[in-house]
Amino acid sequence: MATKTDIQADLATIVEEIAGIPASQVQPEKQFIDDLDVDSLSMVEIVVAAEERFGVRIPDDDVKGLRTVGDAVDYIERASAA
Amino acid sequence: MSRVVVTGLGATSPLGGDVASTWSALLSGQSGVDTVKHEWAADLPTQIAAEVAVDPGDVLDRVQARRLDRSGQLALVAALEAWSDAGLAGGDGVDSERLAVACASGIGGVHTLLSNYDTLLEKGPRRVSPLAIPMLMPNGPAASIGLAVGAKAGVHTPVSACASGNEALSLAIDLIRLGRADVVIAGGTEAAIHPLPMAAFGQMRALSRRNDAPARASRPWDKERDGFVLGEGAAVLVLESEEHAKARGARVYAVAAGAGVTADSHDIAQPDPSGLGATRAIKQALERSDLSPADIAHVNAHATSTPQGDVAEALAIRQALGADSGQAVVTSTKSMTGHLLGAAGALEAVATVLALQQRVSPPTINLEDPEDVGLDLATERRALPGGDIAALNNSFGFGGHNVTVAFTSV
Repeated sequence: MATKTDIQADLATIVEEIAGIPASQVQPEKQFIDDLDVDSLSMVEIVVAAEERFGVRIPDDDVKGLRTVGDAVDYIERASAA
Repeated sequence: MSRVVVTGLGATSPLGGDVASTWSALLSGQSGVDTVKHEWAADLPTQIAAEVAVDPGDVLDRVQARRLDRSGQLALVAALEAWSDAGLAGGDGVDSERLAVACASGIGGVHTLLSNYDTLLEKGPRRVSPLAIPMLMPNGPAASIGLAVGAKAGVHTPVSACASGNEALSLAIDLIRLGRADVVIAGGTEAAIHPLPMAAFGQMRALSRRNDAPARASRPWDKERDGFVLGEGAAVLVLESEEHAKARGARVYAVAAGAGVTADSHDIAQPDPSGLGATRAIKQALERSDLSPADIAHVNAHATSTPQGDVAEALAIRQALGADSGQAVVTSTKSMTGHLLGAAGALEAVATVLALQQRVSPPTINLEDPEDVGLDLATERRALPGGDIAALNNSFGFGGHNVTVAFTSV
């Protein structure tokens, strides 16, 4: 099972690929919209890429709760453990 | 009404990634046509095309590029060159509320549409890109240009198949003359070298099948022509009211004097063999530019290398210019670039403007055994006369669209 660190690193790579934000800046406390300037369509792309990478499903209602990178890492960790 | 002048040029074409390289290749008679190296081409009757010389993904920022269809990428590359060429890249040369865009496409974001359809079939709806619609919509390239330069006077996308690029120029002239904008970034883009359009044009028997000699396949007016060669690319011109250009001390390439726009009302695909619709477009362009047939020293023809179209256009030029038609040096740069569909009129406008400015007509290559069309066809590079001269740029499109834009020297 992927550790939090692995998830964090892979998610950062996805965010860099899709939104062009350097992976090193994709830190747990950063908010996707306010800090990383990820727009709504890019957020959909990131969620879909994360679903594919981690083999999880992230329903739209849950995406709204993922304000920070750390929220997303925690969510993916829980979902992949389930 | 304001006179409209051309103050900036941009292009990315099968001959080069910018205007200078494209123009130099045009003058030296180089062909941009080659064998399509993609695996999918193997099953098609036509396996040749004119792909862009410089991939737009190598020029644009990676994230910017992945949010655009290939047609949008090409448009942005050409627009940024034109914008910079016009001396406007500093950002304070024009009031954004007086800046408009008119950028056309014949086909739209066909790569995006079809690759997302493949994804839908293979992986389901949740894997379809959320950017698919903004990427595939035909106005996407125009809107991307508008965002890049901050255009707020209106962003437009005239769609009239292979006349689209010229129709965008016609619209831009109108916008400035009607006082709705001071500066318009106008042009066209196309990226349709994909198996579906290639197969579909092939089914219309519109494409050359000279697969064994790609560089010799596009041969307007030659007796051995057998169809057009599909090209891709984009070209953009900055059009500006003369007062605005003078006030900011802009360099002026030529005057965009006027345009004629007509429809054949004859057939959805075939040109009217009488050439009358095209004749009226040329005559309108002359009237609206206060030009007479004797002023026309050069014509950049639509001539795509199809059996019917080239001859119908020649007839139209003779009908419109009458006894003076012999004075014009007529060329088809599609012999080198292939047919860029919705970008063709814009790329050929760039060539027309440079021909006027530098007093030289690019050749029509591969014109080894010309039809007797009664025109002075430029089988090689030709000098144009000094003094005040004018030139015409013709574009016609499936649907019976005819657009002629007249330019004059400065």
